[in-house]
Parts: sequence; C-alpha cells; structure tokens
Amino acid sequence: MKKNDEKDSTKKLRKKKTKKRDKKLIILEVLGLLLALVWISPFYLMLVNSFKVPREIFANVLNFPSQFSLDNYVIAFEDLNFIRSFFNSLLITIVSVAIIILFSSMAGYALARNKSRLSGAILLIFVAAMLIPFQSVMIPLTATFGRAGMLNRVGLIFMYLGFGGSLAIFLYHGAMTRVSISLDEAAIIDGANKFQIFFKIIFPLLSPISVTVAILNVIWIWNDYLLPSLVLSRQNETIPIRMFYFFGQYTRQWHLALAGLTIAIIPVIIFYFSAQKSIVEGVSEGAIK
Amino acid sequence: MRNKELSFWLFITPVVLSLSLVVILPVFLGFFYSFTDWNGLTFNQFIGFTHYRRLLDDNQFRQSLWFTFRFAFVSIIVLNVIGLSLAMLVTSQLKSRNILRTIFFMPNLIGGLILGFIWQFIFIRVFSALGDFTGIQGLMGWLSTPATGFWGLVILTVWQQAGYIMIIYIAYLQGIPKSLIESANIDGASPFQKFKYIIFPLIAPGFTVSMFLTLSSSFKIYDQNLSLTGGGPYNSTQMVAMNIVDTAFSSNQMAYGQSKAVIFFIIVATFSLSQVYYSKKREVDL
Repeated sequence: MKKNDEKDSTKKLRKKKTKKRDKKLIILEVLGLLLALVWISPFYLMLVNSFKVPREIFANVLNFPSQFSLDNYVIAFEDLNFIRSFFNSLLITIVSVAIIILFSSMAGYALARNKSRLSGAILLIFVAAMLIPFQSVMIPLTATFGRAGMLNRVGLIFMYLGFGGSLAIFLYHGAMTRVSISLDEAAIIDGANKFQIFFKIIFPLLSPISVTVAILNVIWIWNDYLLPSLVLSRQNETIPIRMFYFFGQYTRQWHLALAGLTIAIIPVIIFYFSAQKSIVEGVSEGAIK
Repeated sequence: MRNKELSFWLFITPVVLSLSLVVILPVFLGFFYSFTDWNGLTFNQFIGFTHYRRLLDDNQFRQSLWFTFRFAFVSIIVLNVIGLSLAMLVTSQLKSRNILRTIFFMPNLIGGLILGFIWQFIFIRVFSALGDFTGIQGLMGWLSTPATGFWGLVILTVWQQAGYIMIIYIAYLQGIPKSLIESANIDGASPFQKFKYIIFPLIAPGFTVSMFLTLSSSFKIYDQNLSLTGGGPYNSTQMVAMNIVDTAFSSNQMAYGQSKAVIFFIIVATFSLSQVYYSKKREVDL
C-alpha cells in the first residue's frame, strides 16, 4: 500500500516536471518562430512592395498588394539587362571557382607530399597572405594590371585565383594529411607518373574538400562588388555592379528598385534551397579550419 | 630525384605566380609608392613621410577611423552574443530547429550590396510608415543622421552575419559531450551554472574563431557601407575602406590613398594577430 503511494507520488512528480519542461519548450518554440519572422521580414517587405504601384507603397507598406501586376518586374528585368549580367556573373564565377579548385588542390597536394623546409615556408606565406586586407593592395594591383592591359575578365579570374588560393590551399593541405602516402607508392610501382597519381587517385579522394572550396568561393565571387567594379568595363558588368547603377537610377522609385532586388536575389535563393546541407557544412568547415 | 623536384614546381607554379602578382607584389609596391608622388602611372621623386604627415591633419580620415573602430567594437559584441544565442536556440530540442537554422543563415548568402539596398527601403520607407502609425518619433528620419546611420549599419551587419557566427558556434556546441550536461543536471546545476562552468569553457575555441572573423570582416566592410548610407550624411558614416576607395579612385590621389591603405593594413594585421594570440593564451589558462 505504502509502496504504491510512493510510486504514485514519484510518477506525479515526474509528470509535473515534464509538464514544466514542455511549457518551457513551447515558450521557447514560440519565441524562436517570432524571431524567425522578424528575421525574414525584410524579404517579405521587399517582395510584397515589389508588386505595388508607388501610391500603394506609401499608403500601406505592410499589406499584400491589392492586385498582382508584373509591370514593375518587366521594367526592372529590362533595365537590369538581367540576362547579360546574369550570364556574366555565372561565367566569371564558374571559371574562377574551377581554376581555384584545380590549381589549389594541385598545390595542396605537392606541398603536403614534399616535406622540405621550402615547402613549409611557401605554405606559411600563403596562410599569412590571408591577413592582408584587399583594400591595402587594390590600388597598386589595379594600376599594374591596367598597364599590362589586364583589366578585363581574364585578369579578374587570375586575381580571384590569387585572393582565393590561400584558403583553398590551406584546406586541401589539411585534408592531404588524411590521405595515406602508400596510395602514391602503390601507384608508382604500377608505373604511374605524378600527374596520373594526382588526377586519377588523389583528386577524387579530395572531393569533399572540393565541395567546401567550391561553395565558399561561389558565395564570395558571385556577391563580390568592389574588385569587379575596379576591373571590368561596363559591357562585362556582373549583377552587383549592374545593381549599383540600377539602384542609383531609381532612388526613391521603390517599386522598381524592389522588383530589381528581388530578381537579383532569386538565383541565390534557388542555389541555397537546392544545396542547403552542403552549403551549411561547407561554410562551417571553411570557418573553423 | 630531379623528376620529383620538377613536378613539385609544376604543381605549385600557377598559385605561386598568382599570389605573387596579385597580393605580394602589390603589398611591396604599395608600401614603396606611399613614399613617392606616384599618380597611378609614374612617379618623379621620393617625398618621404609627406603623405603620412598629411594623414595626421586629415579630419575625414580620422573620423572614418574612429567610426570604424566604434562600429567594429559594437558589432563584434552584438554579433557574438546573438550568434551564440541563435546557436543555442537551434541546438535545443525545438521541433522547428531546422527551419529556424535555414532562416537565420539565409541573409548570409546574399551580397552586402543588395542587402544594404533592401535595408535602405526598410529604414527609410517602412520605419517612417511605422512611425506615422505609432507616433514614435524615433522611427522617423533613419539614415539621415550620423547616429541612425551608425545603428543602421550595425543592424544590417548583425542581420547578415549572425547566421554565419551561429553556424560556427553550432559546430562547437555539438562537440560538447552529452554526459557532461547530464551529470550537471543530476547535480542540480542551474542553467546559468551550466552555461558558465561547462558550455562557455568548452566553446572557447569557437569564440576565438568567430572573434577573428568578425573583427576582420567588420574592419574591412565596404559594400554595406556603400549601399546603405553611401557614407552620408556628409561623410559622417564613411568607414576606412570607403575613405581609401574615395581618395584613390574618386579624388585620384593614388599615392595618398595608398598611404592610408598601408596604415589600414598595419591596423588590421595588428588587431587580428594580437586577438588570436590573447585568445589562444586564455584558452590554455582556462
């Protein structure tokens, strides 16, 4: 009898405790969702107002548009010259990232396998170069490249290799420590040369790091404004450069400006939702190592 | 043996060449040019420390430096507090934790230029509409005064980068062994005690990483500055990066702009290195 009572009371106590925890969890859940709403509200405001006529933006900025019209989008799409700036951004990003992956992985491999003092010093220089802010080299950089006639897309891609190579080499070098040297030795016995060893055996093993390097560099290069604005001429402009001029042209014409901003964001959002898991993992890896 | 050397050089030449021409050569050239009357094409003579002496009297540069320091200080603190809070929120047992993580991280993928334009709309149009509606005077005239420009930039930066800092802290929070938290629960530790004695010491390396990243990114910020305030009103919210760009490319004072860039380099490198040094030291002490 007494035992049962005890059991009952502990049960009640536990129930009380879980109830209290549940309540806490629900409050936290509500708070989290509210915070998330605040977090995406700028996107919401951009989207709903991009469909409105100017008068309606001033009359009620928070509401849904009274009627959906794509007029703003048609004008913004044409004025942004979106097809051209989109493909320019795409070309520059893809080629730069491919080159960064190719040459940095080769260098990371060579530096990891060559255990000389020189190789250590070269790696240290690459790592130290990450501390140099872009603004402190941009003036002589654009001046010398200008004199060489290299202020164009080829020059820009070469610059991206220079600025992006350090972190990529660092990541590849770190990953190489987990790739056993016996793989190299076995391939040498089979008569493979260095290039065959790297491209047929090592590079495929490094593909997780290649995904990380690709994601970090896509985010950076796609969104980069200052460097391309100093290097590219107007006919090769990327989305951010075009956006800068577009917005200046439509200052205070919010309905058109917001439609243009929405168009510019759509490709990034598609990219995010199609590869969300690898993006978050890649960013985390790139920051921590 | 010779063959091995040759392939080593073949493998590293492309990156060594690009780093040399894009980063290392410009560092030395820039340092050199800052002591000359270089105009972007040629120089005639060395002028010693003339540019650096002129910097001491350059009120705009001093103001930009001061603004950047204040901005970096405030945004580093706010970013780390919010980033860590978000990380603890999305690593709890919430049902919505995955969607929350997706939402908090989203602004990070979009460029600072575009985000700055969106927030220009929020601060100018939406804030004043809300001010009209609620009668709160504090919501009117944002970005038209130095103070609202400052806080506007802080809000924009925190909103954009908190998700990034969250991701870093998540990695460290997930590295804390569950058994530690459970045994603390059995011992009856309060949430605050758990945070102070278990969580905080164990995520200290994450603190170093995110402090390093936020410090250098808030010093170098340019796009957000350009698109949100454009440095205005009257250059009062102009940060160092923008001041350098303006001096060199708008006023065409290449060598003078470069002397600012050299000072900027020294400041960023000193702060970053000493911050890493002290954080590492503290981690060992803990």
